[in-house]
Amino acid sequence: MSSRFDPWCAVATVLAILALAFPVAGGEAPLLWWGAPAAAGGLAIFLLTVLHFAWRRPTGAGHNIILLAAVAVGCASALGLVHGGGAGGHTTFGFWLFVFGLWAATWRGLDGLAGVRSFDAGRQRLIDLSVPVLFGLWLVFLLEVGTVGFGVPQVLLPAPSMIGARLAGSLDILAADFQQTFLKAVLIGYAIGCGTGFMVAVLVDRVPFLQRGLLPLGNLVSALPIVGMAPIMVMWFGFDWPSKAAVVVIMTFFPMLVNTVTGLTAAGAMERELMRSYAAGYWQTLFKLRLPAALPFVFNALKINSTLALIGAIVAEFFGTPIVGMGFRISTEVGRMNVDMVWAEIVMAAIAGSAFYGVMALTERTFTFWHPSYRERR
Amino acid sequence: MTTEALPVVAVRRRTFGRLMAGQTGPVLVVVTAIIVLWYAGAIWLNTPWQIDLFERGGVEWSNADLVRATLAQDRPLLPAPHQIVAEMRKTIIDTPITSKRSLVFHSWVTLSSSVLGFAIGAVLGILLAVGIVHVRSLDKSLMPWVISSQTVPILAVAPMVIVVLAAIGVRGLVPKAIISTYLCFFPVTIGMVKGLRSPDPLQMDLMRTYNANRWQTFWKLRWPSSMPFLFTSLKVAVAISLVGAIVGELPTGASAGLGARLLAGSYYGQTIQIWSALITAAILAALLVTLVAAIERVTLRRMGMGV
Repeated sequence: MSSRFDPWCAVATVLAILALAFPVAGGEAPLLWWGAPAAAGGLAIFLLTVLHFAWRRPTGAGHNIILLAAVAVGCASALGLVHGGGAGGHTTFGFWLFVFGLWAATWRGLDGLAGVRSFDAGRQRLIDLSVPVLFGLWLVFLLEVGTVGFGVPQVLLPAPSMIGARLAGSLDILAADFQQTFLKAVLIGYAIGCGTGFMVAVLVDRVPFLQRGLLPLGNLVSALPIVGMAPIMVMWFGFDWPSKAAVVVIMTFFPMLVNTVTGLTAAGAMERELMRSYAAGYWQTLFKLRLPAALPFVFNALKINSTLALIGAIVAEFFGTPIVGMGFRISTEVGRMNVDMVWAEIVMAAIAGSAFYGVMALTERTFTFWHPSYRERR
Repeated sequence: MTTEALPVVAVRRRTFGRLMAGQTGPVLVVVTAIIVLWYAGAIWLNTPWQIDLFERGGVEWSNADLVRATLAQDRPLLPAPHQIVAEMRKTIIDTPITSKRSLVFHSWVTLSSSVLGFAIGAVLGILLAVGIVHVRSLDKSLMPWVISSQTVPILAVAPMVIVVLAAIGVRGLVPKAIISTYLCFFPVTIGMVKGLRSPDPLQMDLMRTYNANRWQTFWKLRWPSSMPFLFTSLKVAVAISLVGAIVGELPTGASAGLGARLLAGSYYGQTIQIWSALITAAILAALLVTLVAAIERVTLRRMGMGV
């Protein structure tokens, strides 16, 4: 067992000891560490752990998990301080030195965890997944401690806990908005846009003239600010979801067209010759060779479009809606300065967008398992 | 005489054939077809309202009158291309630049914030990519978040950024630029991470045998070989930063900018104004992308990578 000195943990130790010397919160009655015994206990556990690891650098998954668990205890006590301990709004040096100490230890732990190599594939995947998740949790912690600790006005940036409470408290409104914007406008528009884009691409592929004439235009159009079509669509199709679906259709059509046309040329000359030597007709070649070869490109478009569709639907709602929908809620609640509701809506949009993307990525993996990009992963 | 005319015809046919064999000819044909379809659509969409108008006015009308009238409505459902061109000419050339009715003025407002946002976003994206490539735990912890943040409809945040910043007194250029920054640093980061990793193991080994340190490897190998990737993502980023600036102008009823023109047009049903703002935005986007592409060509050629 190597007992090497570890600078990060040493920094964490020094910061935690320094933190002890300063009061946690200022104001009229400064709060000292022994004024908050539970938090001081958390600090002590953290301090002892980093002191230990400062002399014996953490190696392997186990050590780093222990270190991160100690960080979690420290984070919990910091959260307790700002929320229940009466330090919220007027935290001082002692508190922030402690947070910086936690930062150093987190960095060490995540860095160590990221370097772990396991021969067990399942375990490796678990570790690879846990690093970004823990990093995300750390960022949320920083945001929470920062907003509550400094007493940032709620209008500027509400604390994550507040957003969570708002999210849980107004599930019915969010569900209605989700149904209006996502289930109606996004999904229907997405299906129509991607479907027509795909079919036009197959058609264009049959006519080389169109291919040369339409493809440069398609490339140009995908660089244009198509969301600007939203007011026109609202004018044509009314305030309800069809106009939003129409915007989504235009936004998703061109990426699909361009990608599919490119994908249909992806099959190699050798394979085509082989199909010819089998006396395969156009349709047979299309279905058995060229479409499967085009699948990675098609899925690329599907993934790009999953994000574009949500953006299109939300932005289109800024131009007029019935009184339900994610974009409507965002623009009206911003006007009323209910920023926590806006954030709740954004969190929901983020979850919906990521889930949509994730479903597409998973489908891609099942359909294009043969593609080299998945083989190289190991 | 006839024998002399022959080569000319042959040359003509050859140039015509070459035009059609390349991209220019087909693109021109498709564009013409789109314009024809546009006119047809304009007549078709504007007819019901026009007939209504004629009947209410008790005017005798022929089909030719109908067509002429549908293409010259004040607030058509779909304005004809020549109406948009006339409107653009009026607002771009005939109006003084300082006037609030001038599209040049509005374009400038939008363009300046999108270019500012693009510059910050590109620098930020490159710095982030350099960090991700060189620091292992950044790669493992930050990269998944950069990727998954692309699946988040960032534009939905736009109105909040604007309003919140306005509440604390930051107005004008900066909030819109922040949205553009937000939108365009993702493609740059992702492209640059790919680009900085693009040198193959053989080249990296060569740098090792030269005993090059990280700094030298970066400036002499990684940075130059990432250039094609950088420009590809810059082209995406510059287009998207314009979108960000336009959307940033929507929510607060901003008084200037192409987005404000779009919003005002949609409030008052001024379709011609909407379309001309839209076409102007499209032209701007195309110009920006072309500009980046031109810089790309010059740079890559000077590096010996160009074609």
